[in-house]
Amino acid sequence: MKALRNYLDKIKPHFQKGGRFEMLHSTFDAFETFLFVPNTVTTKGSHIRDSLDLKRTMSIVIIALMPAMLFGMWNVGYQHALSIDAGWSFFETFWYGFLKVLPLIVVSYGVGLFIEFAFAQPRGHEVNEGFLVSGLLIPLIMPVGVPLWMLAIAVAFAVIIGKEVFGGTGYNVFNPALLARAFLFFAYPSHMSGDKVWIAGLTQGQGVVDGFSGATPLAKAAAYQIEQMPSVYDMFMGFIPGSVGETSTLAILIGAAILIVTGIGSWKIMVSVFGGGLAAGLLFNAFAVNPYMEISAWQHLIMGGFAFGAVFMATDPVSASQTEKGKWIYGFLVGFLALLVRVLNPAYPEGMMLAILLMNAFAPLIDYYVVEANIRRRMNRAKKVANV
Amino acid sequence: MFLQNIIVMSKPIKIKRGLNIPLKGSAEKVLVRIDKAETYGVKPTDFPGLVPKLNVMVGDKVKAGSPLFHDKYRPEVVFSSPVSGQVVDIRRGERRVILEVVVKADSGELAYEDFEPASPETLTRDQVVEKLLKAGVWPYIKQRPFGIIANPTDSPKSIFISCFDTSPLAPDLDFAVQGEEQAFQAGIDALRMLTPGKVHFGLNADFPPAKAFANAKGVESHYFTGPHPAGNVGVQIHHIDPINKGEVVWVLNPLDVIIIGRLFLKGIYDATKVIALAGSEVLNPRYFKLISGACIESIIKNNINTQSQVRFISGNVLTGTLVDKLGYLGFYDNMVTVIPEGNKYEFFGWIAPGINKHSASRAFLSKLIPGKRFILNTNMHGGHRAMVVTGQYEKVLPMDIYPMHLIKSILANDIDKMEQLGIYEVVEEDMALCEYVCPSKTEVQDILRKGIETMIKELS
Repeated sequence: MKALRNYLDKIKPHFQKGGRFEMLHSTFDAFETFLFVPNTVTTKGSHIRDSLDLKRTMSIVIIALMPAMLFGMWNVGYQHALSIDAGWSFFETFWYGFLKVLPLIVVSYGVGLFIEFAFAQPRGHEVNEGFLVSGLLIPLIMPVGVPLWMLAIAVAFAVIIGKEVFGGTGYNVFNPALLARAFLFFAYPSHMSGDKVWIAGLTQGQGVVDGFSGATPLAKAAAYQIEQMPSVYDMFMGFIPGSVGETSTLAILIGAAILIVTGIGSWKIMVSVFGGGLAAGLLFNAFAVNPYMEISAWQHLIMGGFAFGAVFMATDPVSASQTEKGKWIYGFLVGFLALLVRVLNPAYPEGMMLAILLMNAFAPLIDYYVVEANIRRRMNRAKKVANV
Repeated sequence: MFLQNIIVMSKPIKIKRGLNIPLKGSAEKVLVRIDKAETYGVKPTDFPGLVPKLNVMVGDKVKAGSPLFHDKYRPEVVFSSPVSGQVVDIRRGERRVILEVVVKADSGELAYEDFEPASPETLTRDQVVEKLLKAGVWPYIKQRPFGIIANPTDSPKSIFISCFDTSPLAPDLDFAVQGEEQAFQAGIDALRMLTPGKVHFGLNADFPPAKAFANAKGVESHYFTGPHPAGNVGVQIHHIDPINKGEVVWVLNPLDVIIIGRLFLKGIYDATKVIALAGSEVLNPRYFKLISGACIESIIKNNINTQSQVRFISGNVLTGTLVDKLGYLGFYDNMVTVIPEGNKYEFFGWIAPGINKHSASRAFLSKLIPGKRFILNTNMHGGHRAMVVTGQYEKVLPMDIYPMHLIKSILANDIDKMEQLGIYEVVEEDMALCEYVCPSKTEVQDILRKGIETMIKELS
């Protein structure tokens, strides 16, 4: 450690103003602060500061994503094994999925961080940690069969158009990870929907068992094949086809618990998203005119990307509502709209992505009215005093 | 009156949001009487927005109560020497800004300017104001909004005094006012002349208040319970009688009320007060009786851990001023805090379990140890970032205010929004905890002061 510190101190001048590698200043800084919390001390205001910084905030989100990611890797192998009717051991299953998912993660981080570093340098900023989370979220909400070049384009789109043009992390309007998915969804729909993309190797069709369908529960429900849907247990545990990280509600709930216990994720948003979904589901049950609308409301919460979106996507503090009251409204509408799109719109089997992106756009409006109410309270108070 | 008191007492105002930072090194309730310090300093920088004009030159002889400098725009507001002696230094900073006027105290008895004792009730309001101005105790009266020295021509709607301090390692004011009951009441009597409204007390509901507070006459008591900033006068005003646009409220610290009281009882400017010396790097954290403006060397001598590099703070760790070890106690400060400097690198510090790290969040293992007290240093614990996380500020500001939106309106220099979002109701100390908890390391207090300065300019 000491030696590493000394080495960093030795090479640091080269990266500072006037040094040989000045153009890599932000990059050096990012690695240095990754290795060592800097020695900067407070100069004005409060003399002591909370130990929490964005690095820790983001790394806790990453830890919370681990159960979903690890299960997703296993499930990729498991679904593939089902499709070719192979009786793989646990390790074989996981290893297969690991090899399928790892390239997605590597490409996502590689492309995204490269762009982040490239933008931070001319701005003279330190590299923001925001992408550490986005970079892991993106592979987890992709179908495992997505081509790597497509993923790279989507990441580049999300980071540049979704974030950097607004000024970087903290200024973006939309959730960058969802933007990447939405980009692919609309640009390459054939690779992002249908029955084949969710299971590795299914598009090539080699060795696939006759009659095997890779359809997700959502697709089956939308086709009114309710009796063919997997059991509730399978859907909750996640033994179903779907995007890499979204299938296991259990793994996602473990992540949610980590986020809530540490206070990093907003429990208000999570609760209200589930509440909104439940409300919409009950409404459908009450007015059910087709088999999809008859699915019990709570089952919707464990299908598709609902839980993943509620816990990891809707809670992104930058693109969500920023006031505490607003968070309740925002979350509720996300959940409600997600089911509305899912059940009533035949063109989109899953509504979570569109619901969150839509509410991202409306979050500032919600905040505006919440803050405006505060302003009005203050003005009324002043008026009352003036009239006495 | 008695019944009313009971009713008020039975219903303390509960402050729910806030944060107590459990630091190591709180002062033991032992009062140490020390010899006079060698030098005393009055720092114009203690008064935000003040443009000082000197009344003295180096070499001049002064008495306790002689004016050292005055406000350029309100010459009647003077700042007096706390001791008699000789002006030995006028320290200037960048662009010749006056930082400190240093007086070397006379050895032996102090000589006081005579302002004549008087019972406030026998004086008119104008006479009271004049007396306060002349003796240089006027600056102890601050106004809200803005947290600046009160304007003598204003008539405040009320006066607020917070009789307890909830900030980290704060001195126990009940202990600090012991034996000063008479002077305290005299000060209250003088203050009552200044407002057509009431004099409000904010008292700690969790402990029986000191005699000086409990027996004070002519005041209205309010009880508060809850974490810091429950003891901040701004928070108390917000819950009792919030400040609206155009209104002015005056606020004072109880120890400064005593100094005002002495002026009326004895006719002198006697700035003696009891302050706390606290912090993890103090060997024997104790209370000291000294004269305001004293060189802190007199209390820290042989009482500091020399193993580590330390920082001396006049005031508390959230809002205090950095001073060097030969620096002076600030005009409004009731404590000196000594904490370790944090100019060290920490290997993978951001991912460490953090058994010794304090955080308002629950992201560190230290949360699992109830009642743990921390040694916190001055490290920033991270780099400055754009605001990302939301809802943290709200958790530590117990007011009906949207702190992040207020800060953003200041950054955007949107004067209408600042006013609408409640800038009149807060000063730096109220939002200091927002700065503490901010994971993006935003300099909240600095930004807020800039906003306040903008508002002052806009309104003048």
